[in-house]
Amino acid sequence: MLAESLFFSAVLFVIGVVGVLTRRNAIIIFMCVELMLNAVNLAFVAFAQVYGMAGQVFVFFVMTVAAAEAAVGLAIIIALFRHRKTVNLEQINLLKG
Amino acid sequence: MLLSGVQEAAQHAAAGTAMDWLWLVPVLPLLGFVLNGAISLFTATKFGPADPSAAGHGHGHGADSHASDGHDHAHPEPHRLAWLSSIIGPGVLIAAFGVAVAVFMAYRAGAGEHGEPVVQNYFQWVVTGDLSISASLMIDQLSLVMLLVVTGVGALIHVFSVGYMREDPGYPRYFAYLNLFVFFMLVLVLGASYPVLFVGWEGVGLCSYLLIGFWFSEKANADAGKKAFIVNRIGDFGFLVAMFLLFSNLGSLDFTTLRSTAGTLQPGGVLVTTICLFLFLGCTGKSAQMPLYVWLPDAMAGPTPVSALIHAATMVTAGVYLIARSSFLFALSPVASLTVVVVGALTAVFAATIGLKQWDIKKVLAYSTVSQLGYMFIGVGVGAYAAGIFHLITHAFFKALLFLGSGSVIYAMHRAYHATHSHDDAQDMRNMGGLKKHMPWTFGLMWIATLAIAGVPVFSGFFSKDEILTSVFVRARESTLAEAHWFGIPGNVVLYVCYALGLAAALLTAIYMTRMMIYTFHGPNRSGEKERAHLAEAPWVMTGPLVVLGVLSALGGLLNLPAFIPVKSTAVLEHWLHPVVGESALQITNGAAPEISHSLEYTLVGIAVLIAALGIWFAFYRLKPEELVPKSQSKPEEGFDRVLEQKYFVDEGYARFIVNPTLTTSRNLLWRGIDVGLIDGLMVNGGAWTARAFGWLGSALQSGQVGTYAWVLVLGVLAVLGAVTLR
Repeated sequence: MLAESLFFSAVLFVIGVVGVLTRRNAIIIFMCVELMLNAVNLAFVAFAQVYGMAGQVFVFFVMTVAAAEAAVGLAIIIALFRHRKTVNLEQINLLKG
Repeated sequence: MLLSGVQEAAQHAAAGTAMDWLWLVPVLPLLGFVLNGAISLFTATKFGPADPSAAGHGHGHGADSHASDGHDHAHPEPHRLAWLSSIIGPGVLIAAFGVAVAVFMAYRAGAGEHGEPVVQNYFQWVVTGDLSISASLMIDQLSLVMLLVVTGVGALIHVFSVGYMREDPGYPRYFAYLNLFVFFMLVLVLGASYPVLFVGWEGVGLCSYLLIGFWFSEKANADAGKKAFIVNRIGDFGFLVAMFLLFSNLGSLDFTTLRSTAGTLQPGGVLVTTICLFLFLGCTGKSAQMPLYVWLPDAMAGPTPVSALIHAATMVTAGVYLIARSSFLFALSPVASLTVVVVGALTAVFAATIGLKQWDIKKVLAYSTVSQLGYMFIGVGVGAYAAGIFHLITHAFFKALLFLGSGSVIYAMHRAYHATHSHDDAQDMRNMGGLKKHMPWTFGLMWIATLAIAGVPVFSGFFSKDEILTSVFVRARESTLAEAHWFGIPGNVVLYVCYALGLAAALLTAIYMTRMMIYTFHGPNRSGEKERAHLAEAPWVMTGPLVVLGVLSALGGLLNLPAFIPVKSTAVLEHWLHPVVGESALQITNGAAPEISHSLEYTLVGIAVLIAALGIWFAFYRLKPEELVPKSQSKPEEGFDRVLEQKYFVDEGYARFIVNPTLTTSRNLLWRGIDVGLIDGLMVNGGAWTARAFGWLGSALQSGQVGTYAWVLVLGVLAVLGAVTLR
């Protein structure tokens, strides 16, 4: 059961990473980041089955942080959109050195 | 500070006498400096000569104020507080002289009876590690003699300055510097240790620089000041090294301790010779001996009373004083002593030959000073320390008289030129002639000084010069110097040669001094028809000090009459100085007082007198003032005369072989190579360039593309993971 769970978590994580790397839309990248977080959550829960409850407790923390991050992140993206009329990250490079 | 010093001194044997007031002697001139300096600072509207733009033209060298105000427009106003400086400036010096006399009397009457020095500690100056130097003054027989000469001659020259400088707009500044000079000179002669002496030594150098460049708006004067300062630095380096060596080997720097511990040094050893030679290097700088004499003739750019006080009577004799003060070291090193004699003898002859062909009246006297200083070094070199100091004193009298007399002449010449708006050179002897009718006092007094310096009997210079020459002769026959070898040459041969050089210098001295007198005072007047009417004797405030110095120049010999004169008190000065230098002098003469037969002594004296007479006769016989033409019409010299007039081209040689190579190296290697190339280029700009390169690299990474950052991040994580897993 553990091996399957971890395999599934890894697949989810890689999908998230590939999404972050290849997409240009801020919302989609944001969703991919969430995907990576949930892949980690899955790994935590799977390990909790074997090593005790600490993993499950950690998942709650991750979910809390993810919720906060979602609030802040989406707010930023909305502000960005209002400003630039786009969420395409290729066109947002004000911090270019 | 001073109070505690007085309390400390109160425990001394000298308590309750005038010696407690010793500190007042240097402090009075310092007070004068502060007051005059304040007047100068708070009233100055313009610093320096009033009209710098006009000072540069019309005069060949403009060595005197009178030369620089020779133009007929906008001539400078005298300072409005000049009367106050006239009181303060000479006043503090006269007071200091009074205190010095009181100190002298107290010392003679009291504790100094047995010859112990009295040291007064005022405060701890430097305490670090093993080194402890206190600011302390010392009175002994030698410093008392110097004290009286410095304050006495100094006071006379200050009074003279009142007449000479009164018209100058920088009058209070002048007296401020002059007072400061006397303060440092007193620190020099009273200091109880080498470092305190060195403070005075450097201080007088500073004042010399300030006063040579007193009319600094003319570049030649400022350059002359700089030259004096820089040349003296070479000598001071030697002095410092000598002090370091003394401290590291003997562990102390004050004179009383060193006197008692110097015996632990190996006599004739390398160490003591090195110390003495480095000390002597300091003396060659300050006292203008070869090869460092070049600054003194240029120092004539200062006001004439300054030349009299600093560059003839006091400061330049500091080297002679230093050697007499260090006699306990020099007596241990025959080689160093012989070096002193040889350098002194060569300088005496060399400078005297240059003096033969100078036309500037002050330049003649400058080279004469260099030559006479050479004499003093012969004296202290052969261990006749008292004779050297004796010549120092008589020289202070007659050379101050000669310089002040020449100042009087320049003053008169300048006034005459000023009245007729002429721009001729007031210092060139070719423009003078026949002044005896116009300035009888100056004429008579300067002849006294000339006879004294030429060594004509009964005048002071005769006794002192004769004593030096006799000492050389006596020590060539029997002394530690005669037994030693100097670069492989037996010491007695060296001394006989130096004796001959001394005689040659005496002959040349008589010739060039008589030449100066003939061209200045005798023959027809060459200053011009209109000017002649304006030539007159200087005011009494200037002639008065001349009279006093004239009496001293004539009678100064009484201080130290030779033994062959049938009077009761002979060799007074020598006996007086015996506690300080007698032991060292005896060490050189192998413990016995030098004995020579009266017949030999009469012969030596006879030779000296003959030579002086010969020189004066020769000058009168050869020189024809009637044939001389004013400076503007005279032809340039040719042949060897030209070499002499151009001072053997020594300055040019120094410029070519020392100054220019130094400048070229500094410019091309140190400035362009190391400073601009290495430090500015490689290190300062190189550092900036490296930082900029890294900055460019860093900013290139910041593309602003979040996608790229993500890629870098992921690749980084993969690399770390890979490194951890595949390890």
